[in-house]
Amino acid sequence: MKDKIFRFLLFFAALIILLLTAGIIFALVSRSTEAFQEYGIWGFIANPEWDPRPATEEYGALSFIVGTLYTAFFALFLCVPFSLSVALFNGEYFKGKRISSFVRSIVDLLAGIPSIVYGLWGFYAVRPLIIDLGINAQGFGIFLSSIVLAIMIIPYASSLSTEFISMVPNKLKEGAYSLGATQFEVIQNISLPTARSGIVASYILALGRALGETMAVTMLIGNTDRIPKGLRDTGNTMASVIANQFGEADGLKLSSLIAIGLLLFVITALINMIAKLVMKKVASI
Amino acid sequence: MKPVLQMKDVSVSYAPDTYAVKNVTTDIYPNTITAIMGPSGCGKSTLLRAINRMHDLYTNIKTTGEITLKGNNIFDMNSMEVRRMAGMVFQQPNPFPTMSIYENVLAGYKLNGIRLNKKEKDEIVEQSLQSVALWDEVKDVMSKRGSFLSGGQQQRLCIARTLALKPEILLMDEPTSALDPISTNKIEELLLELKDKFTIIVVTHNMSQAARISDNSMFMYLGELVEHGNTTQMFTKPKNKRTEEYLTGVFG
Amino acid sequence: MSLNIKTSIDSRNGKNKLIYILVCLFSFLAMIPLFLILWDVVSKGYKNFNINLFTEVTPSSMDALIANMNGDPIPGGILNGITGSILIVGLAILFSVPIGLFIGIYLSENRDKKFAGLVSYLTDLLQGMPSIVIGIIAYAWVVKPLGGYSALAGSVALTMMMLPMIVRSTEETLKMLPASYKEAGLALGSSYTSVVFNILLPSGFGGIFTGILLAISRVMGETAPLMLTALGASVVNWDVMEPTSALPLLIWDFYNDPNLVELVWSSSLLLLIVIFLLNWIAKIVARKWKV
Repeated sequence: MKDKIFRFLLFFAALIILLLTAGIIFALVSRSTEAFQEYGIWGFIANPEWDPRPATEEYGALSFIVGTLYTAFFALFLCVPFSLSVALFNGEYFKGKRISSFVRSIVDLLAGIPSIVYGLWGFYAVRPLIIDLGINAQGFGIFLSSIVLAIMIIPYASSLSTEFISMVPNKLKEGAYSLGATQFEVIQNISLPTARSGIVASYILALGRALGETMAVTMLIGNTDRIPKGLRDTGNTMASVIANQFGEADGLKLSSLIAIGLLLFVITALINMIAKLVMKKVASI
Repeated sequence: MKPVLQMKDVSVSYAPDTYAVKNVTTDIYPNTITAIMGPSGCGKSTLLRAINRMHDLYTNIKTTGEITLKGNNIFDMNSMEVRRMAGMVFQQPNPFPTMSIYENVLAGYKLNGIRLNKKEKDEIVEQSLQSVALWDEVKDVMSKRGSFLSGGQQQRLCIARTLALKPEILLMDEPTSALDPISTNKIEELLLELKDKFTIIVVTHNMSQAARISDNSMFMYLGELVEHGNTTQMFTKPKNKRTEEYLTGVFG
Repeated sequence: MSLNIKTSIDSRNGKNKLIYILVCLFSFLAMIPLFLILWDVVSKGYKNFNINLFTEVTPSSMDALIANMNGDPIPGGILNGITGSILIVGLAILFSVPIGLFIGIYLSENRDKKFAGLVSYLTDLLQGMPSIVIGIIAYAWVVKPLGGYSALAGSVALTMMMLPMIVRSTEETLKMLPASYKEAGLALGSSYTSVVFNILLPSGFGGIFTGILLAISRVMGETAPLMLTALGASVVNWDVMEPTSALPLLIWDFYNDPNLVELVWSSSLLLLIVIFLLNWIAKIVARKWKV
């Protein structure tokens, strides 16, 4: 009897996840319908105008979608050489060595720093460099956000790829060495191809992180509501526009912000799904 | 006849003062099959892996002594060169899973950055697979992954991959221990054919295998080379008491 | 008969060395930001890191301006943020730990069921959800219906962030336990309930507790969802239905207020100390109670 109740409680707890997800989707969809009804789903997504002035009020998500993709992909691009190096350092060159667990704990600590502290550091320490380099007069913008974002996602990209690289069977590597390959040739021809799907998946997950990152980007991107013209330009991401304008919003604007939240949710969910599919391929090798 | 491989006072240690191989001195002559026997943990694989400097990959393992391959001290050579001259086949078949059968045969060339044209490639692949009697079985499935083959076929593919680089000697670390009797039989026949062209050293824990295929045998015990000589002679009239005990099954 | 490719060996070795150096260099560079950030926060934060920080609430912008003009240290501290973080995170722990444990147990015990697969999938989905979106959800679920910002709404948001992390760590830990533990317990005639509470959970204590600590340290610094839910307050508040401040919210306020900006570093320093301490304890727990 007691066991039955307990088993039911376990099942009920699991059911909560289901209800939570349903509740999340319902909340996002029901509160964004106003915006979608006003502009149509495609009309909202494809419209680059974001004008909250009462007389000419008009909302579209395109500026922020472009801003989000811009910052996230540039950050991903910047983070690759570093996170791949860390993954090879820990998973190949110094696998199982003391120095590797040191590097690992440092990178773990980087993952523990809150987004807002990254934002502060980006504002006070990195922004002056951007100004000095003449990239942007104020320092704010895609460039600054992407640099800080790249640092933030290094731990995510590297820790998972480390796992996959260190899982490459030793017998394959020895086989390659016995044919006369150098360590780099083994990495290039054996380790990386064998771990490829896993590495790709970890970068997709890191991209998902970058897409949804809020505070640091909000503090650094310059918060302008239009499509950024380039890496030097300011802009807004989907997350940063919500963080910035949610507090004072109501009516159609609030609904539009929540609609952007829904779009962001869908994008990150898709990204995670793709990462999972790619990772399934790993298991089949 | 001059020996192709000479070892002088070869010792291998995994940690300071713990030797897996102690002062091994011996010569290996061309176009022979030499079997290295001994109970597990006697250092036979460790000795084999010293010959192609596999121990260099692990910083905690130290090899001392002198090994000369065709008159050159292997420690004066580049380790990549040594490994190409002394091809190695492992206990577990290890075809590269990201490469096709065709690419697996040519893996040594790719890894060493040697560019070949299509005709050269085709030639090497066919020749190498012919020499391990795998050509007829796989010639129609060349683009399939190496892991698609059976265990015995995989091992023959790995031998072909090694032969493709035209090594001076062939080092085999219990190449049949993961295989079924029929595949084992095929590999043994193959080795007898290959000895016309190559010098083969095979580590085995299987005495009857050593008796069947080898010209010479080495018996190792606790890291030391106890006896090295003609196989028939060693099996019939072992010089050392411990060899006799091992061969008669007192230990092992 | 042997191949003659000796000429390329030098260049291959060179390339090998070069890549090795590059990997070490870039790994080293990847670690630098941690030290730069720590240096920044510590060197700027220690000045205001005094007892006032822990005993007094945030000063008004005006008081701070006057103090700044007189060259005095800023009067006041971040007590309201500390108590607020304790309240909001504490409540989130209360919500998320029992539910998370139960779901984790369910998933590890019903690996092959389709429903468990779905739950597992949705858990991943929740884990990947951006924190700002979670803020919106808690706003829609709690702030709107209750008619105002509150600590409770903040806790709901943080609960949603902690839940998937606790579920995952519990599930992973329990899956690593040998099946013989459970079988031995059941063979002795124990009930399923007692096997879970007396054998499985205690055996997996290290992993589960580590997971909870890491989840706490993760949400400790979350700002965005709290901006949309708990809002902030300049007084110490223990009422879950009232707007409440939290450490990261104060950092955000200080960042935006030129008069209070001096406090931004000392509060960041405190936040980092708390987070790193939690990480450190988690590491010790994980090492000590290894499964």
